[in-house]
Amino acid sequence: MELYELTIHELQEKLKRREVCAREILDSVFYRIGAVEEKIHAYISLMRETAYMQAEEADRHLSAGEGTEIMGIPIALKDILCTKGFPTTCGSRILENFIPPYDATVVEKLKAAGAVFVGKANMDEFAMGSSTETSYFGITRNPWNLERIPGGSSGGSAAAVAAHECIAALGSDTGGSIRQPAALCGVVGLKPTYGRVSRFGLIAFASSLDQIGPITKDVEDCAILMKYIAGYDPKESTSVPEPVPDYRQFLRRDIKGWKIGVPREYFIEGIDPEVERVVKGAISLLEREGAEVVEISLPHTPYCVATYYIIAPAEASSNLARYDGVKYGFRSPDGKDLLEMYKKTRSQGFGDEVKRRIIIGTYVLSAGYYEAYYKKASQVRALIRRDFDEAFSRVDVILTPTTPTAAFRLGEKRDDPIQMYLSDIFTISANLAGIPGISVPGGFTADGLPVGIQFLANHFQEGKLIQAASALEQLLISDKRRPSE
Amino acid sequence: MDLEPVIGLEVHAQLLTDSKIFCSCSTHFGANPNHHTCPVCLGMPGILPVLNRKVVEYALKMAVATNCSINRKNYFARKNYFYPDLPKGYQISQYALPLAEHGYLEIETEEGKKKIGITRIHMEEDAGKLVHDESQPVSYVDFNRTGVPLIEIVSEPDIRSAEEAVQYLKALRDILVYLEICDGNMEEGSFRCDANVSLRPRGQKEFGTRTELKNMNSFRHVQRALEYEIKRQMFIIESGSEVVQETRLWDESQGVTYAMRGKEEAHDYRYFPDPDLVAVFVDDAWIEQIKSSLPELPAAKKARFMSEYGLSPYDAGVITAEKALADYFETCANLCGQPKTVANWIMGDLLKLLNEDRRPITECPVKPAYLAEIIQLIGDGTISGKIAKEILSEVYKTGTAPRTIIEKKGLVQISDMEAIARVVEEVISNHPEQVAQYRSGKEKVFGFFVGQVMKETQGKANPKLVNDLLREKLKA
Repeated sequence: MELYELTIHELQEKLKRREVCAREILDSVFYRIGAVEEKIHAYISLMRETAYMQAEEADRHLSAGEGTEIMGIPIALKDILCTKGFPTTCGSRILENFIPPYDATVVEKLKAAGAVFVGKANMDEFAMGSSTETSYFGITRNPWNLERIPGGSSGGSAAAVAAHECIAALGSDTGGSIRQPAALCGVVGLKPTYGRVSRFGLIAFASSLDQIGPITKDVEDCAILMKYIAGYDPKESTSVPEPVPDYRQFLRRDIKGWKIGVPREYFIEGIDPEVERVVKGAISLLEREGAEVVEISLPHTPYCVATYYIIAPAEASSNLARYDGVKYGFRSPDGKDLLEMYKKTRSQGFGDEVKRRIIIGTYVLSAGYYEAYYKKASQVRALIRRDFDEAFSRVDVILTPTTPTAAFRLGEKRDDPIQMYLSDIFTISANLAGIPGISVPGGFTADGLPVGIQFLANHFQEGKLIQAASALEQLLISDKRRPSE
Repeated sequence: MDLEPVIGLEVHAQLLTDSKIFCSCSTHFGANPNHHTCPVCLGMPGILPVLNRKVVEYALKMAVATNCSINRKNYFARKNYFYPDLPKGYQISQYALPLAEHGYLEIETEEGKKKIGITRIHMEEDAGKLVHDESQPVSYVDFNRTGVPLIEIVSEPDIRSAEEAVQYLKALRDILVYLEICDGNMEEGSFRCDANVSLRPRGQKEFGTRTELKNMNSFRHVQRALEYEIKRQMFIIESGSEVVQETRLWDESQGVTYAMRGKEEAHDYRYFPDPDLVAVFVDDAWIEQIKSSLPELPAAKKARFMSEYGLSPYDAGVITAEKALADYFETCANLCGQPKTVANWIMGDLLKLLNEDRRPITECPVKPAYLAEIIQLIGDGTISGKIAKEILSEVYKTGTAPRTIIEKKGLVQISDMEAIARVVEEVISNHPEQVAQYRSGKEKVFGFFVGQVMKETQGKANPKLVNDLLREKLKA
């Protein structure tokens, strides 16, 4: 097996035993990138030069007997995470030449632990999309089938992990942007509890929904990365001073006697029968392990997508107001006066999907519409939260499909925003409620496309997610299928 | 038609915290452009605000001092609009639930005391400043002021004249300055005022159409602008036309208000709760702590100076207008035990000297102890009032103690009866002509003799003794 195919914990063992050095691992990853990146296009930019400096630094530490679980591990960063001195585009023309003078808190933390940054992963522009097709820098292809989308918005991160163009990655999730691409690319993706991971340096899409999380090859790597990115940050007012456990303690433990809730509202019309088959298979495997499966109801589920598509664009319309051509990023050279400079900069700098959401968001916050839209949506959001509070008083975790279908064809939903929005139907509720969710590979469709199983847990119960996902992973370990690319 | 003006004021006061409201940049005024900036106050991508608790503390002080009720849980909101001096494209302010509401303060009017209601006090961040290069089609933005904490204090439309408006503003500013939370400087813009003005027939409940006045940078501007605007609206209404709702700017040099140019857009600020900040909780303990930390406020101090030191309302008003001046007075009065004399000296000579140099009382070279000493020296007859004035200006110029100056210049008043008598006799014998005039009934020449004696003694003779002795000797 090539080094690039290994997981964090496998490489960590090898590094500890001095069988390999960080430089060799990085060589292997860049070799792999050289072989497949042209087809996949998982990255917007590669950080080759600084990566080798970091790898050498890691090797110095390792040979001095110092180390962390991620020392010397090549990691991809979604290009929404600010990297000091290195371009951070957010997939947009408007930030094409933006170089942040600061690191995101998660970047700082990983750096301090000795991680090696491979590059900045492709994404939907400003994380608005479910297919990575709205990126200004071109599409990313699904490593399992190059004619299919990798999901989005963290499609570059998920594809890079699936195609072994990195060992692990960070993504961000506002309505499913970690879990959905993880599911469609057959990898593990965790969206932590809102407030668990600092958003400082994460370019904002919808501030009350955004969370950073890991995308990894297996659940153990996910547990490892979580430990390094989670925790209170005095620079982030919504981060929560809750102690961070060592999530590895939740691996490979049995779930006998656990109550697993299955919401009846999630097995709706429009769910792909192949997906349904995989999910039902996972449910019966868990039952056989001694978990009790309970049908539950989350009655406000039908309002999730509508609620989300009011709150997220409302916040986005305000968050994206700063891209006005005055201070940084793209400025249209055609503006003859201030108003024209604003209009041309934003017309030329943003893509269609971003503009669509800015318009929706501006509308729902406008005088005369605020009450009917934004305020109403905020009230429904509170009811959705209550649905989950109610459910978690009865069950340990909730199990759902991550997505209604496996990866769809490139271009299939590009011009149909509603269909595109519905691909997040099962993931959005966790963001609205602020609860954590994980997607773990559950099997394959008849066409050989990966299907994800989602577990949801109560606030700050990432440990339970790791435990449930790890249990399912152990049960499915016999299926060693790998992506074609 | 008997028309009544209805005025409401919106005041923005910059708070004197060391750092900005959401970052650790300095709030210091006058630095080079963009010197006090960081990714937070520049609103860079991915950057988040963290509230400076000192801002809440200062705003709470004002809320308690103006009798407001305080919201225990309040939120920040985003006020969205595009302007180059607003780096995030929104201002972080408060909207639905401000820190404080339903307060009031009292002003003095000709008809006695009047309560002016305070609708709300909320916290927000200041914007930057545009700098236009007149020689080129270029504008620059200075973000030093961006993120400097402000409180906005909105009054009820309880004000009925330009004078009342100025009274209210002065009272508000005095409180802010007393609390040491704002320097109250209108010229530098740390205390700014906009006014809403309308007229209605006296006795009518409904408000008339209002205009909003801006660009008033001193109390005088406020007074003149309001007077002008009231007259303008009166003329419009009396001539049968209607007032247009608009924003108008005061032009001090022309003495007029004019409609702001460009199309008057009805701004829709699309306020919504800022998701980057958490609710601010204010508990009883915090409010109690603020209450017990409040200094004596101007109105209370004025009343006390009248009762405790016997000052007239006018004198007490002047002396307590500024906390530092009131402190100066009080120290001085307690040292020499002659409060009324102290007040006279402060309001007369001392303030004149300070005003000439535009020097604040805090930088006065005449320490309270020095003024007290001068007053004591007059009282015990060591120096005359006239010499005291000379000494005061000397102390003011040099900062040296009065006694040192008196000794160095030999200015001690001559109270030695014999010494003065010698000079008096000398003067009388040297001016027989005038003596004859006096004795023939021309009493006016008496002043001449006093002048001569003073000249001989370089003004040091005790004037009362000179008078007495002269009268006695001239009678003979």
